[in-house]
Amino acid sequence: MNMQKEWPLWEVFIRSKQGLDHKHVGSLHAADAEMAIQNARDVYTRRMEGVSIWVVESKHIHASNPDEAEAFFDPANDKVYRHPTFYEVPAEIKNM
Amino acid sequence: METIVEKSLEEQFEEKIANEIRIEPKDWMPDQYRKTLIRQISQHAHSEIVGMLPEGNWITRAPSLKRKAILLSKVQDEAGHGLYLYSAAETLGASRDQMIADLHSGKAKYSSIFNYPTLSWADIGAIGWLVDGAAIMNQVPLCRTSYGPYARAMVRVCKEESFHQRQGFEIMMTLCNGAPAQKKMAQEAFNRWWWPTLMMFGPKDEESPNTEQSMRWKIKRFTNDELRQRFVDMMVPQAEFLGLTVPDPDLKWNETKNGYDFGEVNWEEFWNVVKGNGPCNKDRIQTRVKAHEEGAWVREAALAHAQKRAQREAQKQEK
Repeated sequence: MNMQKEWPLWEVFIRSKQGLDHKHVGSLHAADAEMAIQNARDVYTRRMEGVSIWVVESKHIHASNPDEAEAFFDPANDKVYRHPTFYEVPAEIKNM
Repeated sequence: METIVEKSLEEQFEEKIANEIRIEPKDWMPDQYRKTLIRQISQHAHSEIVGMLPEGNWITRAPSLKRKAILLSKVQDEAGHGLYLYSAAETLGASRDQMIADLHSGKAKYSSIFNYPTLSWADIGAIGWLVDGAAIMNQVPLCRTSYGPYARAMVRVCKEESFHQRQGFEIMMTLCNGAPAQKKMAQEAFNRWWWPTLMMFGPKDEESPNTEQSMRWKIKRFTNDELRQRFVDMMVPQAEFLGLTVPDPDLKWNETKNGYDFGEVNWEEFWNVVKGNGPCNKDRIQTRVKAHEEGAWVREAALAHAQKRAQREAQKQEK
């Protein structure tokens, strides 16, 4: 059997309470998903920090390249008209 | 051409540091910044892991069920802190196996404080109160350290650490309010731990080769001597409240600097323990290595089990 030495790395996401998104909290090593969830409970929720846990093997995460962040996010940068403050509303107009 | 690109990356990095923008794992960073962080974070993780040992040997001897549950919980927190920190170091490209191998071979250091023995139950109180108190003093500024994953790990650690200090203070307070023999136990533990705790802040500023660069990169926010002074100023009134005598004949309030003057740490002892000749250096590493080796079959079995299950799952899908 092909025996790798180190357990794979998993990224851990926790929903702190119902109604909120799962948020990345860190990573850990585990042999499989079930163990990753149990380890995540012990490592990241010892004080009721969560009601739900997601784990994803780190190798499955694809990320944008920070070196290209400027060019990559540039299209959003010059479109001020996407924000409500771009528009002038007369002082008499209420509730807008 | 390449040097121009390189320079602009370095400028971008310096700009982020200057503007208090956190550096994240995939951002470009100078090699030396990466190396310094891997060294510091892994040493910090090792300290948490080795830190379980002096306290762990009192779990079965804690004086009550309440104290046993609290101590167990504290030791479990230390394991958690070690894991947060190892995972922060891994975001810089360090491998977990390598870090652990470096701890076991003695190549990597950990806080020297854990090379002192815990002789009585009062030592558990002194550790929580003094050692965790000093750790908090070191760690709170690290919540604003320039490397994002390290800073985030420290936020979690600091939230949990304050219970550690309080439970230690409570143990000391209980002993100090107890029989004369108990008060004596507390004083003796205080005498044993005071000076080693002051050593936790590291060598004097003029003998700390990494401080200047680390301050420039905002990895460190205060120098060793600044933190040591703050710690003394914070702890002396607490010791007075407990009715304990600080084992330092040179300790004196200094009105002009609005802080205490205190005696010189025994630096010879400090360097001696750093070099591996403290009372428990060998024992700590032996215990660590033994636990790691005796757990090897569990790690292998878990992996084999996971692979078998994945194979079965794949076969089911084929059908």
